[in-house]
Amino acid sequence: MSEIFTTANILFMIRGAGYSLLLALCAILLGGILGVACSAAKLSHSRILNAIATIYVELFRGTPMLLQILFFFLGIPVLYQRLTGTRMNADPYIVGALALSFNSGAYQTELIRAGIQGVDRGQWEACETLGIGYGTMMKEVILPQAFKRIVPPLVSEFITLIKDSSLISNIGALELLYAAQVLGKKYYDYLDPLILAGIMYLFMTVITSWLSRKVERRLSASD
Amino acid sequence: MIEVKHLSKRFSELQALDDINLTVHDQEIVCLIGPSGSGKSTLCRCIHGLETPEKGEIWLDGEQMNPADKVRYAAQRRRIGFVFQHFNLFHNKTVLQNCMLAQTAAGTASSKAEQISMEYLTRVGLAEKRDEYPSKLSGGQQQRVAIARALCMSPEVMLFDEPTSALDPEMIKEVLDVMKDVGRQGMTMVVVTHEMGFACKVANRIVFLDGGKIVEESASEEFFEHPKTDRARDFLSKVLYD
Repeated sequence: MSEIFTTANILFMIRGAGYSLLLALCAILLGGILGVACSAAKLSHSRILNAIATIYVELFRGTPMLLQILFFFLGIPVLYQRLTGTRMNADPYIVGALALSFNSGAYQTELIRAGIQGVDRGQWEACETLGIGYGTMMKEVILPQAFKRIVPPLVSEFITLIKDSSLISNIGALELLYAAQVLGKKYYDYLDPLILAGIMYLFMTVITSWLSRKVERRLSASD
Repeated sequence: MIEVKHLSKRFSELQALDDINLTVHDQEIVCLIGPSGSGKSTLCRCIHGLETPEKGEIWLDGEQMNPADKVRYAAQRRRIGFVFQHFNLFHNKTVLQNCMLAQTAAGTASSKAEQISMEYLTRVGLAEKRDEYPSKLSGGQQQRVAIARALCMSPEVMLFDEPTSALDPEMIKEVLDVMKDVGRQGMTMVVVTHEMGFACKVANRIVFLDGGKIVEESASEEFFEHPKTDRARDFLSKVLYD
């Protein structure tokens, strides 16, 4: 074990991990809002809404996340300057969080849509024959059942986000992987910081999995 | 009570129903029987509007059911109860909540809804299961709850789409007993079934379908004792064991 692991350096890494987690949380929440809106658009009968949601999903699922992050951080300011003639200073954290959110929103759209459509057709028909309106049906019957099916893939989406937030290091935002690289550069030793970063990522993802198993067990009370 | 006029329904290549005409009178119990794929379930589902027919009309109590007239159509559908082959109880709700949901959604106070629900759950013999989730009940019990749930909306007609086909053999009778009891109270019923014993003893009239057409229609005793058509005779000789 080297001189790298001083209290200050470890705190620096923990701060990096905190940013990673924060970025992932922002993305799962903002992406969740996008996902709910776009899955509703996809399930609606409106052709226009449907087309918008489909284009959004295909665009963000079909291009590399790193490209999206660079586009948000480096591409959009240029576009802004060309259109308005003034410069724009982009904050790498905010831009990073937005890029992650838009990316995650595309995946969550499909996840939520599949969860809702996966609810047994008989449940919809039972509501129909009992004269239960659309709002009540969704709130009381379909969404609670869909939610149960959505939780496990949503957790793996969150785990993916914790790891993918490391891509934000490319635009100079401090997060866990970037912190490890900073220390590596400083001490000419990448091995120890990278191992520590790996352990910290694992710690966050394993805890998340464990929490989700608890939640799943809770939700399966009626099965 | 119910009139079906010139009803036709196609599923891509298959002509599921071909120009069906059927009248079900008030308080009558009509059993739809026939081989698999004869269209009996489709007919049952069309009456409630779960399937959209290509052609034809459904009339309820002298008024046509027209999906374009949304408010009236919804009110008409509420007068018809439906029981599914696979029960379709709400998995995330207890037995009592299953019975109450449609009532409270329609604006009934929850104390009143609970009282009505318990009345019907008692009638199907499952009052003590009120707080169980459907997954904890046997198939027969689930179907009895589903019948109670439909009755809670005080329908004037009940449609049963193969209510015992998904049940273990020893649970069929408890469900048929409940249905018989419902019929005795004067409910108008249309029952799609393979239970010939039930059809023979409980139904007033048998409608025999094959290939999307009504092949024979007669009083139940007459149908089982003296079937008029060769097709019905052939069908009965294959399903009845004596």
